[in-house]
Amino acid sequence: MAYQAGDYDVIVIGAGHAGVEAALASARRGFSTLLLTINLDSVAMMPCNPSIGGTGKGHLVREIDALGGEMGKNIDATMIQARMLNTAKGPAVHSLRAQADKKAYQQRMKKIIEDQPNLTLKQQEAVELIIEDDKIKGVVTKTGATYSCKACVIATGTYLKGRIFIGDVQYDGGPNGLFPATELSNSLIESGFELQRFKTGTPARVDKNSIDFSKMIIQEGDDPIVPFSFETEEINIDQEPCYLTYTTPKAHEIIMENIDRSPLYTGDVVGIGPRYCPSIETKVMRFSDKDRHQIFMEPEGLNTNEIYVQGMSSCLPEDVQIAVYREVPGMENVEFMRSAYAIEYDCIYPTDLKASLESKQVKGLFFAGQINGTSGYEEAAAQGIIAGINACQYILHEKPLILDRSQAYIGVLIDDIITKGTEEPYRMMTSRAEYRLLLRQDNADKRLTPIGHEYGLISDERYERFLKKQRAIEDEVERLKKVKVKPTEEENEKLKELGSAAIKNGISLAELLRRPELTYENTAVFDEERPELSADIVSEVGVILKYEGYIKKQMEQVKKFRKLEKKRIPEDLNYGDIKGLRLEAVEKLGRFRPETIGQASRISGVSPADISVLQIYLESKKHVPR
Amino acid sequence: MKYSDVDTIAAISTGMGSAGIGIVRLSGERSAQIADKIFKGVSGVPLTRAQNQKLYYGHIIDPQTGQTVDEVLVAYMRGPNSYTAEDVVEINCHGGIVPTGKILDLVINGGARHAQPGEFTKRAFLNGRIDLTQAESVMDVIGAKSEKALQLSVEQLNGSLKKRLKKIDDVLIDVLVLIESNLDYPEYDIEELTKEKVLAHIDEALELIENLIENGKNSAVFRNGIKTVILGKPNVGKSSLLNLLTDNERAIVTEIPGTTRDIIEESIIIDSVPFILTDTAGIRQTENVVEQIGVERSLEYASHADLILFLKESGQKLSEDERQIIDGLDPDKTIFVSNKSDLSLEELENWHKISVKNESGIKELKKQMVDLVMQGQVEASQSSVLLNERQMSLLRQTRDILKHAREGVLIDLPEEIYSIEINEALENLRAITGESIGTDVIDTIFERFCIGK
Repeated sequence: MAYQAGDYDVIVIGAGHAGVEAALASARRGFSTLLLTINLDSVAMMPCNPSIGGTGKGHLVREIDALGGEMGKNIDATMIQARMLNTAKGPAVHSLRAQADKKAYQQRMKKIIEDQPNLTLKQQEAVELIIEDDKIKGVVTKTGATYSCKACVIATGTYLKGRIFIGDVQYDGGPNGLFPATELSNSLIESGFELQRFKTGTPARVDKNSIDFSKMIIQEGDDPIVPFSFETEEINIDQEPCYLTYTTPKAHEIIMENIDRSPLYTGDVVGIGPRYCPSIETKVMRFSDKDRHQIFMEPEGLNTNEIYVQGMSSCLPEDVQIAVYREVPGMENVEFMRSAYAIEYDCIYPTDLKASLESKQVKGLFFAGQINGTSGYEEAAAQGIIAGINACQYILHEKPLILDRSQAYIGVLIDDIITKGTEEPYRMMTSRAEYRLLLRQDNADKRLTPIGHEYGLISDERYERFLKKQRAIEDEVERLKKVKVKPTEEENEKLKELGSAAIKNGISLAELLRRPELTYENTAVFDEERPELSADIVSEVGVILKYEGYIKKQMEQVKKFRKLEKKRIPEDLNYGDIKGLRLEAVEKLGRFRPETIGQASRISGVSPADISVLQIYLESKKHVPR
Repeated sequence: MKYSDVDTIAAISTGMGSAGIGIVRLSGERSAQIADKIFKGVSGVPLTRAQNQKLYYGHIIDPQTGQTVDEVLVAYMRGPNSYTAEDVVEINCHGGIVPTGKILDLVINGGARHAQPGEFTKRAFLNGRIDLTQAESVMDVIGAKSEKALQLSVEQLNGSLKKRLKKIDDVLIDVLVLIESNLDYPEYDIEELTKEKVLAHIDEALELIENLIENGKNSAVFRNGIKTVILGKPNVGKSSLLNLLTDNERAIVTEIPGTTRDIIEESIIIDSVPFILTDTAGIRQTENVVEQIGVERSLEYASHADLILFLKESGQKLSEDERQIIDGLDPDKTIFVSNKSDLSLEELENWHKISVKNESGIKELKKQMVDLVMQGQVEASQSSVLLNERQMSLLRQTRDILKHAREGVLIDLPEEIYSIEINEALENLRAITGESIGTDVIDTIFERFCIGK
């Protein structure tokens, strides 16, 4: 029996990585927020790999933190190992990744939420959306509780009509043995949303005591650890190692012999899986020339023996899985604790969303995370914080926060999914960002902390600290431009020692730093008055001076790019009325309904000529006297 | 490619003929600045400080070689008192495709970009220089031009050029895949990224580009289009027809030294389709030999042509020679033209009727020529590489960007920095074919490497 159970500004459905960031952002902005989860024990759960960050993803976490989100702090507090990836490459692709203690990660996040003023956390399954006049009005739960709201964020992850596949064993289920959400999909369909079906998978968790690590290659963490959060000063922990091993031809043989028992190949799985996350059977089938594939053994936490076997996701029958795993060196006697499975779930077409993550058809209804066809905890959290901020903006009748492609990976992510749609679960990669040199993980605070402050998610105190750091960086850059190195024998001797060519004329240290062999650190010998600065400041100063020319060039490109991003397209534009627009463009533009000329230019099938025609049409409308 | 309205754009705006004057026009806030990089005025006044709308005499100097390219008259028109209402520079040069094309190259290298079809007009409109009624026709022009350009590029890129561009594209994609897979998947067993491999790829691409440029220099620029030959017996009106066809069209006359005689080629563009009309001058020279039109020689010309205009005099019976020639012609590639002298009014079926004397039927003939190309019945010969001046310029730009990227690799710049330039080179290359850059680097990574958890 339905009953009126409460009234909130914002309701967030789902307490995974997207949901928690959305709910925290909204509550921290002072809006009464209700966070609904199907199971209180699954708040901020990591149903797949026990790690946060990685290439591209690490950038996202730094950005979430710079905006005032929780993910960075949470992983800093609960990590058991960390590595900065790509340190042999340039600064723009350095990426942080940390192994999490899964349970600790969940517990800390749950407590943060419980202690957050304006935020109420409840175990309730949302089953129906109340929509009136194309506006979200409330949510009904399975027990009949009816909550009214002004805005709502849907962050249901892989729960919607979740279906589990382990060989021919197939049943309705959510991730990690939890219940699926079976009713909300229908409510979405009734509200006019089209749904698509995606698939993802996870490997088995195995008992640490059954593994012979001596047959594997140990992988240690970094020392010192670079934290994710700009607020964390240092992390001192005893790190847990991971291990690397490889599949064998015998393991591949077993897979091939049993391939007809994998639902991926029998046609039972209809959902589209990610190419960057292939199951072991897919790897073996598609890359039959490779006689081995990498397997990483990652601990799931300090207080458990469960080990995550990265690289072995599968939906082969359990008996085949065990046989295959046992052919891997070090896993000859492996004991499974949880089996690998594939999960299929409903998600929306993200092209139905605006850049604010609000639905184009239902006002006040926002979507974030895997429901939008993305994959990954970090991608989810990134959308969550934006959806949370914008749910409040909607209530305030104010302009939404839209980060563009030159500001943040978050902007690249959202722009990609809403203009191009998703044909497979979307994963962030650094190669998706065209202004990669500007979107570094080290300067995420410079790019986004002022924005976080503006939206009330960054405290004045933190903002002051941020400003102080920025001033220190600028001062040091300016100072280095003034420090002159003279062409004396003594200085040239120092240059020679550093493997650098002699100078004939006086040159500033800033200019000298552009030489690839020279760094901020090794040029200290030319710089007697160098101040004592923290590592993050030093690294940023080095990057700014070393790559100044290239950074400037990208800034120029950004200036051009922004001009088209600012040109808005009216929501009710009838593209069929525009003379000179090609039919394909009329169809695509009409379907995707881009909000700006910039977005329109990125839709496939829309040519530069179409954009010209569109611009002229819009401009001519402006000239019409009213 | 991404196009922006804040770019300074450049194009050859008129006068492709060798006799006429060529104008390279720039529009945008950096017009004068860019032109100053190559213009040395006799008065010594840089354009940025030049008097508005005044013509300055001087020379265009290639800043890299220091060589004089052409003597020119240059005018600087500050916005909003210009066609586009932006700052505009017009460089009036001696015309002919060589200097005009070279000057366009120089301003592109100086920081301008190639204008899109109709872009000057578009800017004029966006800046309020043209009124509303003109706006729609502008859109039509842009729409039509781009459609046609698309069709044309498909037609033109059917042969060896497409294959050769594709090969360069593949090499660049390969190297980008190598770089990006290593940057995004640092822990996986994938092909190792080394400086040597990157250099080998860049060098391969550079060599392919250089070959194409070299090839273009030797033959293509001057013979850019549908090779068209006008056949017919002497005094039938071939020269007059040629003149009528090139009248009011942009024509480039190129004299190609032959061994025994000179052939005159005229390049014209009818409705965006380039034609190269070959005037069979050699035949004219033998006009003193009565009725001697040279069956063999005519057929030889025809065999090298993409399109044949066979001209006869209406009302006259076909001579034996004429019959022999017609029998040897591919009817799909031939337009039979009957020149109506004012003496006879006889009508012939399947013959296109014109009168060189009254200048009638020419428009229809041109339309038929264009239609045959658009329908795909007639296409440019596969052996010749067709590169127009825009394409050549894009190719040279691609080369220069790649060379710069190569220097970056040599001095050990980080991969994500020189890859920006490789991407830029790829975008330039794809502007030749009109393909927009997609996600195929990412697609190829997943096709090629087994990565992911």
